[in-house]
Amino acid sequence: MHGTIIACHECDLLQRAVALPPGGVARCARCGAVLYRHGATGLDQVLALTVAGLILFVLANAFPLLTMRIEANVQQASLLSGAWLLADQGMAGLALLVVLTSAVIPLLKLTLLAYILLPLRLGLPAPGTARALRAVLALQPWAMMEVFLLGVLVAMVKLSSMAEIVVGPALYAFGFLVLVLAGITSSLDPRAVWDRLEIRR
Amino acid sequence: MSAASGLSRPPGLGAPAPEPGPAPTAAGAGLVSCHCCHLLVRPPAGGADHAACPRCGAALHSRKPDSFGRTWAYLVTAVIFYVPAMTLPIMTTVTTFGGARKDTVLSGVYYLLTTGMWPLAAIVFFASVVVPVLKIVVLVLLLLSSRHGGSWRRHDRARLYRLTEAVGRWSMVDVYVVTILVALVRLQALAFIEAEQGAVFFAAVVVLTMFAARSFDPRLIWDQKSESPS
Repeated sequence: MHGTIIACHECDLLQRAVALPPGGVARCARCGAVLYRHGATGLDQVLALTVAGLILFVLANAFPLLTMRIEANVQQASLLSGAWLLADQGMAGLALLVVLTSAVIPLLKLTLLAYILLPLRLGLPAPGTARALRAVLALQPWAMMEVFLLGVLVAMVKLSSMAEIVVGPALYAFGFLVLVLAGITSSLDPRAVWDRLEIRR
Repeated sequence: MSAASGLSRPPGLGAPAPEPGPAPTAAGAGLVSCHCCHLLVRPPAGGADHAACPRCGAALHSRKPDSFGRTWAYLVTAVIFYVPAMTLPIMTTVTTFGGARKDTVLSGVYYLLTTGMWPLAAIVFFASVVVPVLKIVVLVLLLLSSRHGGSWRRHDRARLYRLTEAVGRWSMVDVYVVTILVALVRLQALAFIEAEQGAVFFAAVVVLTMFAARSFDPRLIWDQKSESPS
């Protein structure tokens, strides 16, 4: 059957899939691309990280990221207030890009993963699982929370000479969220979901 | 399906030995590997186009459609936008004590350097200035060598492609910096910061080069003229 023969997604070489030890990585015999990984603890770990990520997402957006103090003036900023002000300055396209890449797409990814994994855990794939997983994989490169975090760091340094900057609780939530999202990316083995879906002939 | 036996190897080992003779590929065997779920499918008689993957429902194609044309189009647009992205200011800082100051991407890096944060300045310079240029140059090189280069340094080209896909996202950092500064510095009496047109062009360059990297099909690096899909 086709199940045991796979083609490398980068160089199209046909090769036989091998079983991996926990945490193992299978690489293409010709070009070295990562073909698949063995998620160390399977989908349960991804589901746990997804739930943690959803909670952290709420915290990261409910509290201010940074507070700036110049003399008696205090100003707070959150992720969404930044995008809102950009839109206010006539930069609606830029604001949309920022909101999509640093909030909407990460949230969509977490929500879709919960929608896929929770019913699978209970034994039955939810309707539209294939479509949802396709969306998760397509959105992957556009979730840029770790880049956003670097941006916060750079902005803090730029302002440090001019004002006193206080780190808000949302920044910590953001930091943990970035770690959780990285954990999801490295432990999610899409094959574990695809293998549970029917092949319509 | 006997053509592909014996090609598996244990995971995590060093570089593989080069394959003697023409390597068996999905396209060579008349099969299509789904771009999304990687299921190996024998396409219907009419060809792979317009067929859907029987498992995940994604559109099947042997190679990304019109990879050369699309990648070139994104790249040319990115090169054009790179000029205003670097020359136009990305933000204006207005302070009551210092007047108005316009910053480009490069002057922002220079500011970080003068405030004594050279490691951060280096990261931002690399992410905002070097990475977009590097991505454009690498993709042009890949496009040209896939057309004309044959088997010239394939492993290095494959590695370059992977690198290009991985680092591209970090160029967005300056867009986020502007967003946070705009959100934070808005004390009308003392200081405020406004985003400028340069930031829009800069964001466009980042998005366009990401699209370019995704529309390039790395299989083109490995396709032999003789075994390309009919």
